[in-house]
Amino acid sequence: MTRYFTDEHEWIEVEGTSATVGITDYAQGQLGDIVFVETPEAGTVVTKGGDAAVVESVKAASDIYAPVSGTVSEGNAALADDPALVNSDPEGSGWVFKLTLNDPSELDGLMDAAAYQEFVDGL
Amino acid sequence: MTHCAEPEIVSDTNNQTEQTLPLDGWHRALGARMVPFAGYSMPIQYEGIMAEHLWVRSHAGLFDVSHMGQVMITGPDADIALEALVPGDIAGLGEGRLRYSLLLNAGGGIMDDLMITRTPTGLYLVVNGAVKHADIAHLTASLPASLELNHLEDRALLALQGPEAVDALASIIPVVRDLVFMQANMFLWGEEPLWISRSGYTGEDGFEISVPAAHAERLASQLNALDMVKPIGLGARDSLRLEAGLPLYGHDLDETTSPVEGGLTFAIAKRRRADAGFPGAERILAELADGPARLRVGLSVEGRQPVREGAEIFAGSSPVGTITSGGFAPSVGAPVAMGYVTAGSAAPGTALEAEVRGKRIPLTVATLPFVPHRYVRKGAAK
Repeated sequence: MTRYFTDEHEWIEVEGTSATVGITDYAQGQLGDIVFVETPEAGTVVTKGGDAAVVESVKAASDIYAPVSGTVSEGNAALADDPALVNSDPEGSGWVFKLTLNDPSELDGLMDAAAYQEFVDGL
Repeated sequence: MTHCAEPEIVSDTNNQTEQTLPLDGWHRALGARMVPFAGYSMPIQYEGIMAEHLWVRSHAGLFDVSHMGQVMITGPDADIALEALVPGDIAGLGEGRLRYSLLLNAGGGIMDDLMITRTPTGLYLVVNGAVKHADIAHLTASLPASLELNHLEDRALLALQGPEAVDALASIIPVVRDLVFMQANMFLWGEEPLWISRSGYTGEDGFEISVPAAHAERLASQLNALDMVKPIGLGARDSLRLEAGLPLYGHDLDETTSPVEGGLTFAIAKRRRADAGFPGAERILAELADGPARLRVGLSVEGRQPVREGAEIFAGSSPVGTITSGGFAPSVGAPVAMGYVTAGSAAPGTALEAEVRGKRIPLTVATLPFVPHRYVRKGAAK
C-alpha cells in the first residue's frame, strides 16, 4: 500500500487498482468544524483534478478533487451521521470515497508523505 | 480541495490593502486565524467556530469589532436632523438609551443598519465597517452644516456577550450591573472613560464597550484573563447572529430591501409613520398598509446539508426567493437559513425547497429567532 498526496490537500492510498481518498490533517485544520460531507455515489466516474465530493464546514463549502481518474466504488457512509470524523481522523476513518483507478500512471505526479510535509511547511 | 462557496463573513476585499486594527497583534498572539474583512485583517476564529459559538451561549465571549464605524454627531437639534435620514424616533430617545435604526435611501432601500445612542454630548452612532465610509459621506452631505460629525477612529470597540458577560464585566466595573438592555453610560475604568452599552449581536445578554484604542489591548487582556471569558472570532459572531435571527448588512439587507421587506417594521416609529418625513416614506408606508411583495423569513433546513447564501428557493417548480444567509447552527444542531420569499410563501410552516448543487433541500419557514433572545430588560429580576 502506498499513500500519495496532492497539492489540493487530498490523500490517496493505493492497493493495486483500488484506492481510498480523503483530505489531509492540514486541510481539516484549515476548514475547521466539518458539518456535512457530500460523498459520490458508487459508479460515479471522476477525472483527475475534477470535482468528486464536497466538505462543508460551519462557514463554507469546499470541493474535494479526484487525485486520479477512475470509477467510485463506495462513499464513506459513516460520514452521513458523523461528518466530524473528517476532523477527528482525517487520514483514517474519515476517508471520503474509494475508487478503481483507470490509469495508475496518473499517480506519478503526486507527492509522497515527506514531499507533502515539505509543501505544507512552505505554505 | 478548494473553496466552492465563499465564507459568508469574508468580504471580497483586496488582501493587499488590509489595514490593521488596534488588537491585531493581540489576536495573532492568541493564535487567531486572520482573514480580510471590511478592509481590515480580522480574526475569524481562535480554537474553532463551533466551540467558540457554544462558549458564548453558556459563558462569555470577547469579540473585537473595532472595524465598525463609531461616529459622534453634535450640535443643535441633531436628533431632528438625523430623523430626516432614518425612520426611527430619535427626538424621543432619552439620554443613555440606544435604538436600532436604518439609514434609508430615497427609494426606501436600506443603506445601512446602525445603533444610535443619545449621550450627554451628542448622538453616538455605530455603523457597519464595510460601509462606514459611505455612511459618513452620506451623513456629512445630508446633515446641516450646523452639526459636527466626528469619526472616532481613535477608539476600539469590544463586545462581551453571553450569560456570564455581566459577571465578567462587573468584576472590573461593578456598576455596569445597573444597565439594562439598550441602555448605555460612561464608566470609569481606572482613569479611562469607557462608553458601555448593554447590547449586542448574538441574542445573548452582553455589552459593547467603546475604549480608546491605546488602551484596548489592556482591557481585552484583563477581560480575557477571567475564567469565564474566551476570545471569539467573526465566524462565531456570524453563526450566533444567524441563530438570533439578526440580519447582516450586505447579505440580508441591502440598498434594494426596505425595512418592511426586511422584517424590521419595529424600527419605523409610530410618530414617524404619521409624519412620513423619512426617505422612501411613500414606498415604506404603502408596504406597511398593503404588505410587502417579499419578506425576510427564517428557514429551518431538513437534514444536515447546509443551505447557503445565493441558493434559490422554490415552492414546487416556482422560484419564490433566495437564501441570503445560511449555515450550520451549532446551538440548534442543524443547518438554518434566512432568505427573502414572496409574500405568499412567507407564512411560518410553509414547506419550500432550496436548490443546492442541483439537488432540492426541503425547508420550512420558521419563526425567528431560532434560539430565544436572552436580553436583560427593565423590570426583570437582576
